[in-house]
Amino acid sequence: MTRVTKHHLFWPVACLIALIALNTAVRPRFIKVTLREGELYGAPIDILRQSAPLMLVALGMTLVIATRGIDLSVGAVMAISGAVTLTIIDGSGSSGSLGTVLMAMAAGVGLSLLLGVWNGFLVAVAKIQPIIATLVLMLAGRGVALLITGGFITTVVSPPLKYFASGYLFWVPFAFIIAVVAIVVVALVERRTALGVLTEAVGINPEASRLAGVRSRGIIFTAYVASAGLAGVAGIIYSSNIMAADANAAGELIELYAILAVVLGGTSLLGGKFSIAGTVIGVLIIQTLQSTILFLGVPSAEAPVFFAAVVILVVLIQAPRVHRVAGSLVRRGRARETGSQVEKAKVAA
Amino acid sequence: MSSITADGRRLAGFPSALRAFLSRRSSLMPTFAAVTIFVLLLVGAQLYFGNFVTPLNMSALLLDNAFLLILAVGMTFVIVTGGIDLSVGSVLALTGILCAKLLSAGVSPYLVVPLTILVGAAIGLVIGVLVQFFDVQPFIASLAGLFLARGLAYVVSLKSVRVEHSGVLWLETKRFAVGQWYITPTGIIALLVVLVGAFVMVATRFGRTIYAVGGNEQSARLMGLEVARTKVLVYVISGACGGLAGLVLTAYSGAGYPRNGIGTELDVIAAVVIGGTLLSGGTGYVLGSMIGVFVYGTIKTVISFMGAEQAWTRIIIGLLLLLFIVVQRVIVVRSERRR
Repeated sequence: MTRVTKHHLFWPVACLIALIALNTAVRPRFIKVTLREGELYGAPIDILRQSAPLMLVALGMTLVIATRGIDLSVGAVMAISGAVTLTIIDGSGSSGSLGTVLMAMAAGVGLSLLLGVWNGFLVAVAKIQPIIATLVLMLAGRGVALLITGGFITTVVSPPLKYFASGYLFWVPFAFIIAVVAIVVVALVERRTALGVLTEAVGINPEASRLAGVRSRGIIFTAYVASAGLAGVAGIIYSSNIMAADANAAGELIELYAILAVVLGGTSLLGGKFSIAGTVIGVLIIQTLQSTILFLGVPSAEAPVFFAAVVILVVLIQAPRVHRVAGSLVRRGRARETGSQVEKAKVAA
Repeated sequence: MSSITADGRRLAGFPSALRAFLSRRSSLMPTFAAVTIFVLLLVGAQLYFGNFVTPLNMSALLLDNAFLLILAVGMTFVIVTGGIDLSVGSVLALTGILCAKLLSAGVSPYLVVPLTILVGAAIGLVIGVLVQFFDVQPFIASLAGLFLARGLAYVVSLKSVRVEHSGVLWLETKRFAVGQWYITPTGIIALLVVLVGAFVMVATRFGRTIYAVGGNEQSARLMGLEVARTKVLVYVISGACGGLAGLVLTAYSGAGYPRNGIGTELDVIAAVVIGGTLLSGGTGYVLGSMIGVFVYGTIKTVISFMGAEQAWTRIIIGLLLLLFIVVQRVIVVRSERRR
């Protein structure tokens, strides 16, 4: 039993199951998934579909946090990527053609990768604190996105783009498939090669790993490029969902939700050991919580109060002081137990 | 070594007293750079537009940025201890809407104003306790504060609430004028906060403890300084500044709005960094942060004068931030080399 509770995924999974159980208890319809005209419907499917952008961003964030960094610019990158993609589609004159849409997406993701190179350069080469280095792009990025869209919300009519967020492939939402592919690719690259271990080494002790011959600069660089690239894809899914590029609202606060997902998943912000599965569960917790809050009839604007409560709860559970207090309580309890057993033994004797 | 000789050559032109001062106070360099940029901006704008540096414009600079100024003072306290406070934008929104709502419900302003500031301070206290007693990173703790305050702001009201109370509007509409120069009570409040903040940082035991904690927390603790109390207090101060700024913003805009101040924390952090405060802690000046806010405000005014997209404001602020962190990085590297 202690082995189960000691597992690093125990608390995140328990939290997710509790949330699902709560929802199902209040409205049994919640867990029900139906197949209609070759497409799955139901609240869990909605959660999976809606979680795609956050999932992509949080995956990238996990890698960055593992190197002891942080990437605040993901929301801005999402806005830029969406703005570029939709502006190209809008200006092409053939917004319905798959080729145009793919080309526009490639441009959006390509530019995002370049922005990742910029972040990586500032952090890995110029050695600027990650929080500040990415703050530059976070501040400037939304301005750039606004310039690209000309200050307006660019809307397009394009069936291939719409498919990206709303379409189905093999009964499953296409956006979710993209997220799954990203999870699998990142997990394979990190865990089936030495990259994951090297990343953790860089995060645990950058200086020691450099002396041990780890090319920390390249690893940190790659993490920021990956984070920005994934954010670029997330930005396209976001704008495909609303079929518009909204430079102000795209990815608003997503950097904070992504960091929260990573922390919920048990990855420490101090860098080092990271858990991709944990992050995936963290994202699902956030998305389920959001759906729960909506269902409870709380205006979605008030949802942050719940998130604040969750953040405070989670950090308290992880806090060393709480562990010490809990530990001493448990010990005292055991001491009392053994004490009473001794007394019972005496009585029996 | 080349950097040191370059330094010597550059400083050779200055009188020896100034040179000695600069080499002793190398941490002041970023703040001087900020002042230089501020002056250059004003001179450049004056030459370009011909009518930029007017009493009206300069008075408006203080008036329009009063709430940012107050937030920047609180943020300087936090950043000098090596922390960060992401919650200020949300606290601004919460206290602003709370103030407007209570006033519209007919509560006396003598009750509303202290309450507004207390609510801000209470959120700061939550963050400070999480940081100090539960070892939560400032980033995450203040993130919780951000969510909490923003959500509560929506709980208070989903829509904007107009302020009719003449006493609060007086803070904004009353103009003490000398010729064309004028200052509003909100501007006076902001300047007072800056002066008090600067005095506390430089001339009190508490202020020196803040620098000590930011420089090296371990040493500060071994010296017997009140590290725990100081670290909690800076967040309380930042929260209280957020409350005061919410009041000022409500007076300024004549209404409370729960979506106010989204992203303001970033503007404030940028202004503080531009003003010469190091994010790693230990170095920074309240007066520098004031210059940082003025640089931010001037850029905003210049852009609206040019009739360009306001989107440029954030791009230029981003670039300036980049410039300053590179300058700071060079200074840090140089001082490390000297050791």
